[in-house]
Amino acid sequence: METRLLNDLKELLGAEMVLHRPEELLLYEYDGSVETARPSCVVFPQTKAHVVGIVELANKYKTPVVGRGAGTGLSGGALARHGGIVVGFSRMNRILEVDAQNQRAVVQPGVVNAELSAAVAPLGLYYAPDPSSQKACTIGGNVSENSGGPHTLVYGVTTNHVLSLEVVLPTGELIRLGSQAVDSPGYDLPGLFVGSEGTLALVTEITVRLMRLPETTKTLLAIFDTLDDTTETVAAITSGGITPAACEMLDGWTLRAVEAYVHAGFPLDSAAVLLIDIDGTREAAESQAEEVAEVCREHHAREVRVARDARERELLWKGRKNAFGAVGRFSTTYYVQDGVIPRTKLPQTLRRITEISEKYGFQIGNIFHAGDGNLHPLILFDARDEKQLRGAVAAADEIIEFCVEMGGAITGEHGVGMEKDRLMPLIFNEADLEIMRRIHDAFNPKGLLNPEKILPLKKGCGEIYSRPLPAAGAAPA
Amino acid sequence: MSLASKTISSRLPDIVGAAHVINDPAQLAFYEVDGMKPGAAVRPGSREEIAEIAKFAAAENMAVIPTGARTKLGMGLPPRRYDVALDMTRLDRVIAYDPADLTLSVEAGHSLSKLLGVLGDHRQFLPLLVPYFSKTTVGGTIAAGVDSPLRQYYGTARDYVLGMEYVTGEGVLAKSGGRVVKNVSGYDLHKLMIGSLGTLGVIVSVNFKTFPSALWSRGFVATFENAEGALRMRERAARSALTPLTIEILSPRVAGLFASEAAARIGSGAMPPNLLSEKHWAFTSGYAGNEKVLARYEADYRRMAEELGAVNVAVLNGNTRPPAFSRKREFVPIALSASPATTIMKISVLPARMKEVLAEAQRAAESNSLEWAALARGVGVIYLALLPRARDEQSRTRVANTTNDILAAVTKLDGHATIPWAPADWKSALKIWGFVRADFAEMQKVKQVFDPHGIMTPGRFVGGV
Repeated sequence: METRLLNDLKELLGAEMVLHRPEELLLYEYDGSVETARPSCVVFPQTKAHVVGIVELANKYKTPVVGRGAGTGLSGGALARHGGIVVGFSRMNRILEVDAQNQRAVVQPGVVNAELSAAVAPLGLYYAPDPSSQKACTIGGNVSENSGGPHTLVYGVTTNHVLSLEVVLPTGELIRLGSQAVDSPGYDLPGLFVGSEGTLALVTEITVRLMRLPETTKTLLAIFDTLDDTTETVAAITSGGITPAACEMLDGWTLRAVEAYVHAGFPLDSAAVLLIDIDGTREAAESQAEEVAEVCREHHAREVRVARDARERELLWKGRKNAFGAVGRFSTTYYVQDGVIPRTKLPQTLRRITEISEKYGFQIGNIFHAGDGNLHPLILFDARDEKQLRGAVAAADEIIEFCVEMGGAITGEHGVGMEKDRLMPLIFNEADLEIMRRIHDAFNPKGLLNPEKILPLKKGCGEIYSRPLPAAGAAPA
Repeated sequence: MSLASKTISSRLPDIVGAAHVINDPAQLAFYEVDGMKPGAAVRPGSREEIAEIAKFAAAENMAVIPTGARTKLGMGLPPRRYDVALDMTRLDRVIAYDPADLTLSVEAGHSLSKLLGVLGDHRQFLPLLVPYFSKTTVGGTIAAGVDSPLRQYYGTARDYVLGMEYVTGEGVLAKSGGRVVKNVSGYDLHKLMIGSLGTLGVIVSVNFKTFPSALWSRGFVATFENAEGALRMRERAARSALTPLTIEILSPRVAGLFASEAAARIGSGAMPPNLLSEKHWAFTSGYAGNEKVLARYEADYRRMAEELGAVNVAVLNGNTRPPAFSRKREFVPIALSASPATTIMKISVLPARMKEVLAEAQRAAESNSLEWAALARGVGVIYLALLPRARDEQSRTRVANTTNDILAAVTKLDGHATIPWAPADWKSALKIWGFVRADFAEMQKVKQVFDPHGIMTPGRFVGGV
């Protein structure tokens, strides 16, 4: 990396806020995906003026800039694919304003998701999108990826909760998009920028909507002896007039892995379980929980347990939220996929995943947001073995292709990043992609911000799989 | 016949067939926008035909305004130019509807009320109870970005539109999003089309998330001596455990509007007697659930209303609720029919700021001797109808003064004030889109990508885009 750029960055931010020695950069080669890419340096701005300064220097030295929250992303969004400056937002982590009356909060991008909910809980409020990594991941990262989580089934994903953004454009301009009030006149620019994976701007401030904590939450654990009964139950619940706050599925292999780790009380001999939350007033939650339990029993649930108190509920959810960690005990590496399908296609899709598991000889665990058809197959493999890595990616591609065949999409909440750009032509034709490219170029003409993410390089469809395989990564913590 | 009209009359029939091109001046009057008549109207029958028309228009530099049921062509600024009306009503198919998946894909020209009929057969619906409900099309509703009382619970179109297919100003047929309820594949370009008033392209089809219908619902109405009582009731409801489907606050004058003959026609039937009064402000809310849930809402609302000193309370059931609530849905057309020069402002602010805005609206309107009526949604959106007695110069000056005062006050409160509906010949005297926004340059970048030749509805949108 150019010494002059490093010196300028140190002058702007202070020497301790600029990492550039190889051993310092090692950690920033990774995120939660199986991809790796080494940045030239990592910098930690503390103010929006710092962010503007960094982008100005990047322009001056024609060096790419990549934003990074906590590095928990699962599609390589925060990796410097072509080197350059990684901007870590961990020092911009203040909650700037909480307006309980209007149910709004203004936060810096480095605020940790769960910390925002914890901070506003005494006011009876919370921030709804809750990725499984919420104890580490940041709101800024969530905005970039338009992150979801288990409780987005009824309340929506990040984009449904963001009202306004302050961003630094690749030109170095600091601008505000949207407003604290709803229905900002003009094109829905926050709607475009949320989920743009750091390719259009760096986010410096976010105004989010806060929700009122429900009066009552009922948590149900429905236990099944066959996968088909489980998946058919999901479609029956969601189409039946009740939208649970969350409807998660864990297959037998995964829940045994989780149980060994968390001791949440999951039954070891079942084929799958559904973990269901019903929110609302006491009256609504109680009657809906009973209706959902009835649907489960009609679909041959062996047992439907209702958490008796907050402690039992938290234990069940601890099992769900720590599942990836639990799986990490069984395999040095896993590849978590993120396909989406129409919910009614869950039975055949899970059967297909089982076939793919057998075909490639990998254990594939399934723990996912069943209520909105968002799959997370976990493919266990040994990344030290090149052949296994190749096989894992091929198996994942086959799963995604099947999702698309079922009328689904290639990613539900993890983003395209550098993991799935080559798969974009499975769902978008050249005309669709060309407009996305032109939007990209209108805001980021020189590709200074997060280059070569989301959009596949323009080439014939036959070449979409020709990109070299990702390098091996380790299981995320 | 102008050169443009000659080119139109020779080429358009080749694309859609002569039967679907309208040149007759009497018929073209139906497509007028703010007094401007197009050279031709064309009724394409397929997405490919739309793309051909857009390509042709781009090549000939002709301005195209897409339209559905023509109910909201008066919104926004007058167009800078207008050559071709693109009538979307032949594209009226349901492309796919999977009730068990709660997803729907429908062509833009489909009637919204008929669509809700289709969904209703499966006990589902879309939370789009929008003005001109019985006439409007899906595409027109989405392009105009009009909101629904149900946004209190369900949000707006941006929260349940899953994907879209559209034709750009260069005649390119493209799509974004998909037909699954959760999807982050690629840029959410369809969000840009929502509320863009046809300035980015032609919406061809829309994919929606549908919702299960509630079996039972009720309405609660509490009237108060002043605005403050009704607004405090909203605050109490927002702080409570209740999650109602709708919350609206109505100013006293709304009672008169809702009792009018026009309202009886549009709002399907007679208003329940003595529900609203011309002396009082009203808090109204709809909610759904089973017996126990409904009883809980009623008990909580009654207690709040009593504590806040309500003058009167009423609970509306399945018979009395529809005529009352359909009037709330149709507030805009009802207000437009109430004066020869109705001007409607849409104001959005933080919900707690509505009190200041309503006070300023009242002061500004009354100091300019204007009658006014306001419908305020719980989320912080106020529709303020100014109702001058005549469409004359004096009234125009009064309306301009009033709206300017309100715009200044709302801007200070960090909110927005636009004038979506006003007499066409007054628009040049009014700040239709409020002040130029900080992100206007970014808006222009978007416009440039979708419509580089500037042929799609030129001039009607924010900043004259």
